[in-house]
Amino acid sequence: MTASTAAQAAYVVAALLFILSLAGLSRHETSRSGVVYGISGMAIALAATIGLASRSIAATGMGLLVLAMVIGAGIGLQRARRVEMTGMPELIAILHSFVGLAAVLVGWNGYLDVEARGAAQHEIAADLLRIHHAEVFIGVFIGAVTFTGSVIAFLKLSARIKSSPLMLPARNVLNLAALAAFVGLTVAFVVSPNVGLLVAVTAVALALGLHLVASIGGGDMPVVVSMLNSYSGWAAAASGFLLDNNLLIVTGALVGSSGAYLSYIMCTAMNRSFLSVIAGGFGVEAAVSDTTEYGDHREINAEDTAKLLRDAGSVVITPGYGMAVAQAQYPVADLTRRLRERGVQVRFGIHPVAGRLPGHMNVLLAEAKVPYDIVLEMDEINDDLAGTAVVLVIGANDTVNPAAVDDPGSPIAGMPVLRVWEAENVIVFKRSMSTGYAGVQNPLFFRENTQMLFGDAKERVEDILRAL
Amino acid sequence: MVSQQGQRVGVVCESGEGETRVAATAVTVAQLRGLGYEVLVESGAGLAASIADEAYREAGARIGSRADAWGADVVLAVDAPSEAEIALLTEGATLISLLAPAQNPQLLDALARAGVTALAMDAVPRISRAQSLDVLSSMANIAGYRAVVEAAHAFGRFFTGQVTAAGKVPPAKVLVAGAGVAGLAAIGAAGSLGAVVRATDPRPEVADQVRSLGGEYLAVESAEVEVSSTGYAKEMSDDYNTRAAALYAQVLPDTDIVITTALIPGRQAPLLVTEEMVASMKPGSVIVDMAAAQGGNVAGSVAGEKVVTGNQVTIIGYTDLAARLPTQASQLYGTNLVNLLKLLTPGKDGQLVLDFDDVVQRSVTVVRGGETTWPPPPVQVSAAPAPAAPAPAARPAAPEKRKASPARTYALVGLGAAVLFLVTAFAPQQLIGNLTVFVLAIVIGYYVIGHVHHALHTPLMSVTNAISGIIVVGAMLQIGHAHTAVTVLAFAAVLLASINIFGGFAVTRRMLSMFAKD
Repeated sequence: MTASTAAQAAYVVAALLFILSLAGLSRHETSRSGVVYGISGMAIALAATIGLASRSIAATGMGLLVLAMVIGAGIGLQRARRVEMTGMPELIAILHSFVGLAAVLVGWNGYLDVEARGAAQHEIAADLLRIHHAEVFIGVFIGAVTFTGSVIAFLKLSARIKSSPLMLPARNVLNLAALAAFVGLTVAFVVSPNVGLLVAVTAVALALGLHLVASIGGGDMPVVVSMLNSYSGWAAAASGFLLDNNLLIVTGALVGSSGAYLSYIMCTAMNRSFLSVIAGGFGVEAAVSDTTEYGDHREINAEDTAKLLRDAGSVVITPGYGMAVAQAQYPVADLTRRLRERGVQVRFGIHPVAGRLPGHMNVLLAEAKVPYDIVLEMDEINDDLAGTAVVLVIGANDTVNPAAVDDPGSPIAGMPVLRVWEAENVIVFKRSMSTGYAGVQNPLFFRENTQMLFGDAKERVEDILRAL
Repeated sequence: MVSQQGQRVGVVCESGEGETRVAATAVTVAQLRGLGYEVLVESGAGLAASIADEAYREAGARIGSRADAWGADVVLAVDAPSEAEIALLTEGATLISLLAPAQNPQLLDALARAGVTALAMDAVPRISRAQSLDVLSSMANIAGYRAVVEAAHAFGRFFTGQVTAAGKVPPAKVLVAGAGVAGLAAIGAAGSLGAVVRATDPRPEVADQVRSLGGEYLAVESAEVEVSSTGYAKEMSDDYNTRAAALYAQVLPDTDIVITTALIPGRQAPLLVTEEMVASMKPGSVIVDMAAAQGGNVAGSVAGEKVVTGNQVTIIGYTDLAARLPTQASQLYGTNLVNLLKLLTPGKDGQLVLDFDDVVQRSVTVVRGGETTWPPPPVQVSAAPAPAAPAPAARPAAPEKRKASPARTYALVGLGAAVLFLVTAFAPQQLIGNLTVFVLAIVIGYYVIGHVHHALHTPLMSVTNAISGIIVVGAMLQIGHAHTAVTVLAFAAVLLASINIFGGFAVTRRMLSMFAKD
């Protein structure tokens, strides 16, 4: 057993542990052990790599390595401890950008280590050199797209820039041109590698990632985040090819394909085409002007809502991003407890794309200690809605829009939605009568059984609690 | 109000023995008139349900003779018509009533010969949109309540437990078999009388519903779990039945009241309580067999009768439980009819229009213009991939996209395999190993999260995010090499990837620690 074979063996074990980790994470009962597997896999991989690196690098190098890890770990742990659950989407988006940037750096290093030294390098056999050129390029390209894409997603999610889609005239042509440029540059680089080409491809990829995500509206962010997750995996896999490291390839491919599948599930839930997500700029038809007369909406106050809830046999709460924004999950959980103590059956109906991250609502409700067995998916609750006395729509809009079912001309036509309008009473918590992220008016607000409760969701729920 | 003359709706007096219900009440008459119909009620139609002719008249209906009511354009009835009544129908008229189309082919033939259109209220598909017309549910609800009342009447004791100066009275123990609409209504009614209620059902998901009404759910330990696509119960396997029988045998000796509700549409009701089980019960116990009309769930039950066994157990087999609460049953049935007519009168102009593209309308229509249209095409109640039922017209193209034809799938897989073959065949030795690992890992990644629970999407994503920080390994191997620039870049890469690894795992743990069950 040499140091190198020992490291390889450790990598195999680590890869296996990662697979177990992902498998564990798909069920509540096994999710905690899944994380333990993941951590042990990572620990083994890191230990093996440090062991391997310590044989070839000097003490200063080793010091730098440990220093980098300590700083990184410090920042990471602190961010993880401090992050609000409502801020989870932003955190995950920015973490993706780190993987992307790391992949770009590794790719550049690959170039500096091999190509830049020309004939003086001995690490790569001559016949594999061209493949190495291509690998550098692919790694840098995917990494850079992931990096800027994630940064834009982060900025949009944290509301530092406007989340409306950027609409350049020839969006698709631009994207295709960027891809074509990538292919052309790759060929040129394989023939004669030089730093100018590498700078060019980095710039093209950074611009592409920026444009891809900038042209996607905020409402579609759950899919984007999940897609970027997948990209970050492919970036890691590309680095694995570059460095001839099977652990990186396995892990990157695992993350990449599972992330892609997750995005696919979410696309189906939104009735979007998978391809148009990857291509970016989907959901842009939403800007159709809408002149239909919907009639008048009715308002209700917190006291009357409390009265309705008190007399109701069953209540379903359908939260959306608005609940996260208003930080209303704690009062909502309180309301749930109070109503359940009174013998009212309270359940939650979660649309697959509610919030800005897959499963976002579940995380928030779990934080507020709502038992997870009363938090149901759309398909589980939809047929029960007709027999429900009161539905509280808290900060959701497009996911409860009857136009998706009734109006074939609607931009969200065909998207599965929570059929809240079938319930006896619907109370919509909303700041104003403005449209949701899809930019579509919601006929639900004008239904005969719908009443609007305007204002900040958190304050209104607290008002109801007082009235109870 | 309406320029065009609305069609005439006739509400008939039920002739069936023991039928106390009527197809319209004063309230629903007003609603029918709101849809633009002219309403004519047969004199005395509502008497058994305590609704006087005068009340109908006040609601805007005319009172007429038997021939007038049966001769209307739209005839509303509760029970299926007799031969004589069919003869009174005018050709081209529409009859809406309970018809039990699966059991009565000769009735459908007779209606077809009369040249009428017949809508069966008991053929409403169990989709959520049609719940407001579902007579079986609304009647089952009433019947379930009444079953408890009948049982209480026959039972010689309190339901609730009491401690009095004259001694302690234990609460009655009630077992409800089948937690459908009737069963749940019975659980609620018995529970509110103070009894200790237990319930069984093959569908484990009803456990919560049982508990929500204050009952205790007794699970039958079986590998089989019922998943029904039609919304109705189906027959269970032998294994399930044996285990269920064992459960009943164990529970019944300690039970005072048993209410059985197990029905399978169009089939003989399953026998749940055998003669030995009845014999094992305490004297004075009461069994209400709500399935007596379909052959009964209980050995020894007689449809329409109350019988007392040798060991003093009363078995009630009444088949008219809903009709025993006539006013309310009529109100709910009448509202179901109004809801159907709302669907059939899109213009609210008193003109009945049948749209066969609508699954609900298609399903209830058993005879159209003298032509038998039973049975309708099957309706999927919970279509997981594409709920086509609620919006049949809205999206013709979407479902096709979902289901790629097998040929196309094979072609795609074949193409992928060919590309992979070519790439690998022309790749140098070292790359082949890498490619093999890469392709296998992709497949594993896909399958490993195939059934991820919806609520775990976020933790899963943050864990994959932490794992993709494995790129740190690449950067670590580059640090400290000759070139300063390489070391600087690698240092930055290690730092970034470390944030990912530690931050990702820490945040996942934090999230998971919050998920808790009740």
